[in-house]
Amino acid sequence: MDLQLLFEATVSGVMLGCFYAAVSLGLSIAFGLLDVPHIAHPAFLVLGAFGAYLLGGYGLDPLVAGLLLMPVFFVFGLAVYQFYYATFERRGTDTGLRGLAFFFGVAFIVEIGLILAFGVDQRMVEAPYIGHSLELGEMRVPYRMLVAFGMALVLMGLLTAFLSRTFTGRAIKAVAQDEGALRLMGVDPVRVKRFAFGLATAVAAIAGALLIIVGPVDPGLGRIYIGRTFCVVVLAGLGSIPGTVVAGLILGVAESLVLTTAGAAWAPAVAFGILLAVLAVRPAGLFGR
Amino acid sequence: MSDALLRVDGVSKHFGGFTALSQVSVQIRRGERFGLIGPNGSGKTTLINCVSGAFFNDGGAIVFEGRDISRLPAYQRTRLGIARSFQIPRPFSSMSVLENLIVPLEYVVHRGSLHTADTRGEAMEILRGMGLADKALTQSNQLSQVELRKLELARAMAARPRLLISDEAMAGLSGAEVDEVLDILFKLNESGITIIMIEHIMHAVMRFSQRVMCLDAGRIICEGTPAETVANADVQRAYLGH
Amino acid sequence: MKVEPGTKRFLIGAIVFLALVYAMTRAVSNEYVFFALYVVLQFIVLATAWNILGGYAGYVNFGSGAFFAVGAYTGVALFKWVDAPVLVQVVAGATMSGLLGLAVGALSLRLRGIFFSIATVAIAIILETVVVNTPYLGGAKGLPILRPGAPPLFHSYLEFVFFLMAVIAVVAVFCARYVETSWIGRGLRAIRDNEGAAECSGVPTLKLKLFAATLSGALMGAAGAPFALYLSFIEPTSVFNLNYAVSALAMPIIGGMSHWIGPVIGAVLLGTVQQLVTVTISSELNVLVVGVLLVVFVVAAPDGILGLVAKLRRRRPPVRQEAPA
Repeated sequence: MDLQLLFEATVSGVMLGCFYAAVSLGLSIAFGLLDVPHIAHPAFLVLGAFGAYLLGGYGLDPLVAGLLLMPVFFVFGLAVYQFYYATFERRGTDTGLRGLAFFFGVAFIVEIGLILAFGVDQRMVEAPYIGHSLELGEMRVPYRMLVAFGMALVLMGLLTAFLSRTFTGRAIKAVAQDEGALRLMGVDPVRVKRFAFGLATAVAAIAGALLIIVGPVDPGLGRIYIGRTFCVVVLAGLGSIPGTVVAGLILGVAESLVLTTAGAAWAPAVAFGILLAVLAVRPAGLFGR
Repeated sequence: MSDALLRVDGVSKHFGGFTALSQVSVQIRRGERFGLIGPNGSGKTTLINCVSGAFFNDGGAIVFEGRDISRLPAYQRTRLGIARSFQIPRPFSSMSVLENLIVPLEYVVHRGSLHTADTRGEAMEILRGMGLADKALTQSNQLSQVELRKLELARAMAARPRLLISDEAMAGLSGAEVDEVLDILFKLNESGITIIMIEHIMHAVMRFSQRVMCLDAGRIICEGTPAETVANADVQRAYLGH
Repeated sequence: MKVEPGTKRFLIGAIVFLALVYAMTRAVSNEYVFFALYVVLQFIVLATAWNILGGYAGYVNFGSGAFFAVGAYTGVALFKWVDAPVLVQVVAGATMSGLLGLAVGALSLRLRGIFFSIATVAIAIILETVVVNTPYLGGAKGLPILRPGAPPLFHSYLEFVFFLMAVIAVVAVFCARYVETSWIGRGLRAIRDNEGAAECSGVPTLKLKLFAATLSGALMGAAGAPFALYLSFIEPTSVFNLNYAVSALAMPIIGGMSHWIGPVIGAVLLGTVQQLVTVTISSELNVLVVGVLLVVFVVAAPDGILGLVAKLRRRRPPVRQEAPA
């Protein structure tokens, strides 16, 4: 393969990979740390994307829209977790199947709801950085990818800092490891988990905005992103937020290479393929706890 | 050597960077009553999990009746004669007490002969021996703590084991209840079953065991008669110093 | 061979049912009735098949559409290649989907339940991509399928396929009932209740799970095989339809997962509701209704309609002890 093409594919892969890492952060918290079978995370992403689309109709830049949606999604996340906890986790009976089926139902309702509200067609937003590219020598790098890449790094940096430097952040990491110890310290694990899930959902809001910046969005995109987000989280290793970056990069580059060689139809299958391979060979992932 | 029912040979187990067991070796004789003690986190349950097959050990070997079972899945070890109860009871909650016992009877004892076996009758007999006969048709998630503990033992017994591992079966029980469970274990041992007992209730372990082994941080720090173990300085340090 | 009285009653009921179905094909001439009821029968098979792995063993398949589609496309491939009769298509479809179930199971049933579920989503998307990119199977545009002429004893081929689906439904329910009331079913329930304890009680958990996954997949494949002949057309979006994935899951949950009649109740009720809503309102709303009902039941009535009925009779949900009717 042409070396120039390979280089370009790798560069886009790296940017795409950071973007994938960013959209998987919410899942890394909800599933990796809190052990919630949150198969509806990608649906929340798409919801955020459509939220940005809707606000874009009022002239708002998608990033601004994403930021505005964050508090709304945060509260929504608190509510969802509270409901999930009260209905499933507390009773402790047959939680596996019911919790999973619940989130699957929620994801499904979100998808169909979006179809009913917006139709099945793809939606895009407009922004000054969408539609133009930066020219570096012979290469053209779309500005929207740069924006998504940059925002993804900012998001990951902020989240990592939050988790290691603030009390709440450290409590979230602690609750994943030893709930009992946290209780002994006088901290209510349920409140911490609820906050974490709210945070994860808020992150999904801004990540959803990135989603619609990177490309057009349709309600069915959620299912494809189940593959990408779970691929990143599982490949990283459950509970490892920094690992998400590495895993995202691997996925991004792999997908980019497949896109260049085999075409767009096969790109969504790459994530699922890697996921199945990881589950078969090393289910703990790269940095699993 | 030929009298050893179970031989644990230099067994180690790691979880990531954490070493749960380090070169543990012990031999359990046929018909013996063996006690396993140690502070929390010392590796007792990990050792039991390696013997029963819930985990695979990383180093060393588990030899049962002369056969290396280190790589056998747990269900095959049960079929060879090793049964265990769980520290926190794990009943089959959708089933009745009776049906809980029918599972091991069907899957261990009567695998080839289901048409002729009277699994209900056998299960009832075991329940009678445990004092659970009147709860036979109760759904197992309706039982009290002590009844759940007895069910754990009854279900392990239904697999007709030669080696029974009782993992903290008496934790949280009252004095009278502890005596009940202890009596059951004595009776089982008298019928020829080798028993390994993990317990924190010292007077129960000392009364029951012929030999006691103490673990601390994944290593054996003492092995001998109950009297020897209690008097051992390392053991006292392990329990009090932690 | 000794046949238990419960099984005898079931077989008699099955024969009566099939006789009624056949009588219907001779008496009714409105084709739409057969179209609609075929869908309900199909759902009975899908829901029953799903429940063997989901309700009995506790492993949730989110990709039932893939198993259904593999059956359908196997049928199409054989029909195109060697003009295979539909019975051969059904057997082949069942075999291929059974193997798919075995493969997905071997890959993911050693792990926690959620990973099996994700693997089923993965396989659904991967297979759909494969089919869309395979011109021999019609690709994205699909293939028209010419139905053969009416076989003996039937007015039309559609009626024949309809009767065939009724037979497949009976076979599926018979299999589910057999598994449920046998030692296999008890082992699966032990796995669902507490897999670690089941393993320590001598249950070969992986083998049983693989068996359930294979049987479940095979029955879904059998349901899919005649689909192209029924529709006279096949294309990816109608077979890989998310509606199959959600319905196969929702129907047993709504009907009740602990007994073989639960998925049948769920399939008949939900299937009928879906037909009515699709015709009167819209097909998206129909699928939304299924999703909402799923969530409502999972939250409020996890034992399904069977559980609600049992509660209404002021008894606790049935504690399974021995072979029931």
